[in-house]
Amino acid sequence: MHAKKMQQRKQKNHLFKNLSFFMTLITITVLFLLLYDVFKDGIGWLNWNFLTSYPSRFPEQAGIKSALVGSLWMISLTMPIAIPIGVMTAIYLEEYSPENRLTTFIRVNIANLAGVPSIVFGILGLTIFVRTLGLGRSVLAGSLTMALLILPIIIVASQEAIRSVPNSLRDASYALGATRWQTIRYTVLPASLPSILTGIILATSRAIGETAPLIMIGALTYIAFLPSGPLDSFTVLPIQIFNWTSRPNADFHGLAAAGIIVLLAVLLFLNTTAILLRNKYQRRLND
Amino acid sequence: MLLSIKDLSVSYGKNQALKNINLDIEPNTVTAIIGPSGCGKSTFLRSLNRLTELTPNTTTRGSINYKEHNIYEMDPMEVRYHIGMVFQKPNPFPKSIYENVAFGPKLNGYDNNLQEIVEESLKKADLWLEVKDRLKDNAYTLSGGQQQRLCIARSLAVKPDILLMDEPTSALDPLSTAKIEDLMTTLKEHYTIIIVTHNMQQAGRVADNVAFFLNGELIEYGSSEKIFTKPFDKRTEDYITGRFG
Ligand SMILES: Nc1ncnc2c1ncn2[C@@H]1O[C@H](COP(=O)(O)OP(=O)(O)OP(=O)(O)O)[C@@H](O)[C@H]1O
Ligand SMILES: [Mg+2]
Repeated sequence: MHAKKMQQRKQKNHLFKNLSFFMTLITITVLFLLLYDVFKDGIGWLNWNFLTSYPSRFPEQAGIKSALVGSLWMISLTMPIAIPIGVMTAIYLEEYSPENRLTTFIRVNIANLAGVPSIVFGILGLTIFVRTLGLGRSVLAGSLTMALLILPIIIVASQEAIRSVPNSLRDASYALGATRWQTIRYTVLPASLPSILTGIILATSRAIGETAPLIMIGALTYIAFLPSGPLDSFTVLPIQIFNWTSRPNADFHGLAAAGIIVLLAVLLFLNTTAILLRNKYQRRLND
Repeated sequence: MLLSIKDLSVSYGKNQALKNINLDIEPNTVTAIIGPSGCGKSTFLRSLNRLTELTPNTTTRGSINYKEHNIYEMDPMEVRYHIGMVFQKPNPFPKSIYENVAFGPKLNGYDNNLQEIVEESLKKADLWLEVKDRLKDNAYTLSGGQQQRLCIARSLAVKPDILLMDEPTSALDPLSTAKIEDLMTTLKEHYTIIIVTHNMQQAGRVADNVAFFLNGELIEYGSSEKIFTKPFDKRTEDYITGRFG
């Protein structure tokens, strides 16, 4: 009897292992098919010229210079806006705010905001930044919109990171006479930083790949110059790619695939940097 | 009188955890707090350095005079500076051994003879010989018993007067427990210790005075000799002889 039960349990154990392996295999296969397809179409178009040329009506001369630089512009304006606001909001909500209905209401709403379709943020950005504040269809307007979009992601991830710091560590710090700020600065933040950085990585990737809100606020698809300041108009990689895929000429589809490769490379580069950064902090935490 | 507790009541929301506690504590003594689970021992200890107020919705009434000053009228940081605490589960910071001990002094901007303070505190906690060659190692690489002594050293580094210990040996093996008990006896010379324990033998070994709590009330308080040989209250006797709780 006992032996039979044991046998069954082992079988189930085995079954689950195989099942999860199979599921992983599906994911990886799909990913590789996608990559294969993109590389097959795009690799031929990928060369130095492609990276350093402006878009053009002639596929052979077209490139992604303005989109690439536009994406970098946007990210380097978005993150410095979104990170401090997001992390500080999370600190306030987790460490300072009183436990009352208003706090609960704010928490729930921020969590919900993280699930709002990106196009809604586009409409908001168009109304507030482009029109009301008169920033026009500029990099700054785009970055502010994107910052709004990724704020909830950063806040929620940081909140979770801060919440996962055990209270016993806070007790230890307070019992030594630390103020609330000292406890946050020297105990809570160091312990939650790796997870906060992970949230920021995810948010950055989201901001780079997001298209809809920028189309909404009117990032242009054809730009033959580089933004020289935050108030210049701009385009970004996913918009340029989207534009090329919607052309009938097959050569443009190749260009789009090449653009996707560049976008993937940028994402990979950013994620790797962020992961290295995170590991460095994590190691310091464990030393 | 070092610590004089008058009519102390503490509630978590509507749940009253301590009811009108009156207790005086002499300097350079070890006082053991005993009583069944949930009777308010930890709450009592945490109210002595105002850690209870970190829990939302707690209310405290009464007064606790430390050297003639009501701690509830003092700055809480200052209170905790004089009245340190060691917790049930060792809770070192995820930092090096050195940084753990230096944490408290650093908070107060102390940095000229940190090295000395760290060494002195580790020696007092009887840990120095075991860690002196690995001060840069992470505190989590220490055994549970060593971690608890590190936490003691960390508390001592801010030079407190009173050391509160909430079941400091309940997560430790007999050998580490014996070490910490010995430590309490030596620390008594310079500090006043209040310890929560579920272990009657331990209370008998280390404590000068014993306070028995039941359902948030202080039932009996007296010298450990008296409490363990001829307790005044029937409930105390029942508890220490293991008839309930
Ligand atoms: N953070 C809290 N929030 C609400 N109620 C609490 C909290 N901490 C303790 N209590 C309640 O206060 C009462 C006393 O708890 P306390 O932790 O002081 O008991 P204890 O004597 O230390 O028990 P144990 O021996 O199990 O550690 C209990 O009824 C408990 O449920
Ligand atoms: Mg307790």
